[in-house]
Amino acid sequence: MSTAGATVGSRLADIVGPQHVIADPALLAPFAVDNKKPSAAVRPQSTAEIAAIVKFAAKEQLAVIATGARTKLGIGLPPRQYDIALDMTRLDRVVAYDPGDLTLSAEAGIPLRTLGGILAEHRQFLPLAVPYQSQTTIGGTIASGVDSPLRQLYGTARDYLLGMEFVTGEGVASKSGGRVVKNVTGYDIHKLMIGALGTLGVITRINFKTFPMPAASRAFVATFQTVERACGMRNRLSQSPLAPMTVELFSPGVADLFSSEAASRIEPNPMPENVISGTRWSFTTGFAGNENTLKRYETDLRKMAEECGAVDVAILGSSQIGPAFARKREFVPIALSSSPAATILKICVVPIKMSEALKAAGQAAETNHLPWVAMARGVGVIYFALLPKERNDETKRQSAQASNQIFAACAALGGHAAIPWCPAEWKDVLKVWGLDRPDFAQMQKLKTVFDPLAMLSPGRFVGGI
Amino acid sequence: MDSRVITDLKKLLGAEAVLHRPEELLLYEYDGSVEIARPNCVAFPRTTSDVVGIVQIANRYQVPLVGRGAGTGLSGGALARQGGILVPFSRMNRILAIDAENQRATVQPGVVNADVSVAVGHLGLHFAPDPSSQRASTIGGNVSENSGGPHTLAYGVTTNHVLSLEVVLPTGEVVRLGSPALDSPGYDLDGLFVGSEGTLALVTEITVKLTRNPEAVKTLLAIFDTVDDATETVVDITARGITPAACEMLDGWTIRAVEAYVHAGFPVDCAAVLLLEVDGLREAVEQQTEDVADVCRLHRAREVRVARDETERALLWKGRKNAFGAVGRLSPTYYVQDGVIPRTKLPDTLRRINEIGTKYGFEIGNIFHAGDGNLHPIILFDAREEEQFRRAVATADEIIGFCIEMGGSITGEHGVGMEKDRLMPLLFSEDDLNLMRRVRDTFNPAGLLNPGKIFPTAKGCGEIRVRPLPVGASRA
Repeated sequence: MSTAGATVGSRLADIVGPQHVIADPALLAPFAVDNKKPSAAVRPQSTAEIAAIVKFAAKEQLAVIATGARTKLGIGLPPRQYDIALDMTRLDRVVAYDPGDLTLSAEAGIPLRTLGGILAEHRQFLPLAVPYQSQTTIGGTIASGVDSPLRQLYGTARDYLLGMEFVTGEGVASKSGGRVVKNVTGYDIHKLMIGALGTLGVITRINFKTFPMPAASRAFVATFQTVERACGMRNRLSQSPLAPMTVELFSPGVADLFSSEAASRIEPNPMPENVISGTRWSFTTGFAGNENTLKRYETDLRKMAEECGAVDVAILGSSQIGPAFARKREFVPIALSSSPAATILKICVVPIKMSEALKAAGQAAETNHLPWVAMARGVGVIYFALLPKERNDETKRQSAQASNQIFAACAALGGHAAIPWCPAEWKDVLKVWGLDRPDFAQMQKLKTVFDPLAMLSPGRFVGGI
Repeated sequence: MDSRVITDLKKLLGAEAVLHRPEELLLYEYDGSVEIARPNCVAFPRTTSDVVGIVQIANRYQVPLVGRGAGTGLSGGALARQGGILVPFSRMNRILAIDAENQRATVQPGVVNADVSVAVGHLGLHFAPDPSSQRASTIGGNVSENSGGPHTLAYGVTTNHVLSLEVVLPTGEVVRLGSPALDSPGYDLDGLFVGSEGTLALVTEITVKLTRNPEAVKTLLAIFDTVDDATETVVDITARGITPAACEMLDGWTIRAVEAYVHAGFPVDCAAVLLLEVDGLREAVEQQTEDVADVCRLHRAREVRVARDETERALLWKGRKNAFGAVGRLSPTYYVQDGVIPRTKLPDTLRRINEIGTKYGFEIGNIFHAGDGNLHPIILFDAREEEQFRRAVATADEIIGFCIEMGGSITGEHGVGMEKDRLMPLLFSEDDLNLMRRVRDTFNPAGLLNPGKIFPTAKGCGEIRVRPLPVGASRA
């Protein structure tokens, strides 16, 4: 045990009890962020304990990173400093659930899966079909800002988060919003915490709107020879009165990826056959409603697909939807495990520019001799994975070059892109957060308010915040 | 105020864009609330660079600066509480771009809410947030207050529909936040600035999402003989997971006021009505209409009427949206509250409001967004009598206190402004408020932008800020 670790550890033990502190370097490996290990990990059980830990850390100039299931710690730049891992998993209670009001308040460390089970008893759910579904905590999901295919209909967390409690970088317990579904009292600080990687505060409690589960759902798949046509189908659908729950496009390579061994390791339910084409672009959409509504969707979608030049179409029933949906949800972890040096870009453009963005990205990958796959959400959000066969200086250079070309192409299309996932060792060259942003100075101002000593997740966020 | 402020403003904007004579300022000393505050001058910008120039003048002479849309706000957000320069955006009222394919529009802040939907109607699109003031209130005002409306039950409030803002910070910097493409990397600055009640920046350009018009719409009027039956219906509809596009309640007292004015066809002998709307695909709407009607009948609705055509539908909504105007005919002054409660608590809360009214000797009307638990109790009083005014404020405070007790909030869509600042400590600790103050101060370091709003000031609680209105003056 290192001396630093021992000292920090004993101080932390005073706050939470020795059984909830890990200071043995050998046991700290799972808490590493971009290969950097903390000198201690601590497992508090209350907001008061967290406040005390952060206060202590601030006083001693120790950097704190809050962790949940530790599935998404690779997002962002490497931490400038990292001393204490704040393991949130003992804060795992549902604080309040009022099914009749469709609102829920939960502690940050509760697994999303547990929450889903509780909601399902009342035929409700949270539209957070995010990657690492079986492990991730609600706090990690919100702090990392990952999105869900269900955003097509339900929006993102910012649309159904009602309020939050958090501890600032000075160790002050604070809150914003509330627990009712409509509220304009005070600043919406909780929105700032979404996707902030814990750089503004440690999220301790989150209040949500919940949603009634749809009665029945089905999915429709159509394949197209070209990306333009697949995107054309998206555009055609968006002009119609249909309001599906999900709309996604998959590049031809995704079929192989989803049927790979890596995929079954991550999501054991086998991928149904013929859902995603191995040679063409696949368009998929999921929708819900009563029997008449489902029929209407099928009829209209078939007609649209025909008009848009689909090669073939299929309807998925309930037995196929689940497994197919699960693999699609886990696109990121599956892609990451399929290559020794996967680099996944998140590309955002206005929806009508998706076809151009996908073509530009594909071209950038191919020019640099990198295999790639893409999953695109109908709202204009593309996950584009560069999947080199090897991890070496050559593929690093190629990936950097390809991503820079993609950044430029996105900017030209009026959009933006970033690299949420890539090898830690490549972050010195790859522009993790994309091109410089005109509102960066405003973000720095906020960081100074919430965490004046920059002790929370230092260096990981945009521009090294 | 330094007279050079007016000279400099006139030099910047032209004499016709600056008002400063007392009779000119009268119009700008009130908004839709019961508050009054007179600015020292009013300056009308036409461009973002005009706004920058105004901000520079305010900084040069250290005078307060307050943005204003149509002045329909209900919490005093657009009033110059500490005097200074009031900046109405009525001359920045152009729709700059409509992008139908991507369902986006970029507008100047002075564009009237309803005009956006009119401009994109032929494309089958609309702007979803629909405050009752939408024929007057502006997008800039909606952004500042994070306005709601009846249809926000299903479609969300203003913040859910804003993608990007161009703002002028109180330091004079012009900054663009967010982008028409989703998920801009970095903190959600749009999310912070929308609903900041004009205390962080002056908004000069807004990119909003447009929503596709539903294929089918059905509007139902459910008539009840007791308020309890109506509120229990709302609880049951919510619990069953039915999300109507709108679910509004009017109590008997309000209905009678509305009928005398609008003739919307509301039955004047009932205790309450629910105005419900379902929309979407034809197939889904048919079923939902039946489902909703069934729940109403289960809770002893005397009658459930479905609007037969667009004219009938429009008339029902006219009754709802003009209700405050109708109430304004009954009393020299009224005070509208904006508390929110969990929807399961509706029956208890409405009973309690009634009791509180009796206790203080007021008849309280209720017309509100029942589906999301956003109450609008209306207290009629005569502001010319100070005793009545004090009693009205005490009544309102007790109602708000009850909302908080129920786990609710002090404002659902009207904002805190200068009306509810003193109530903030009921919901937030001093630490919470200090953090929010520091957020404000980091963007608004000299405190010149919209001072005296949102945060409780040092003054004592019972201070009466309101001056009685002249006889016959309308608040609506």
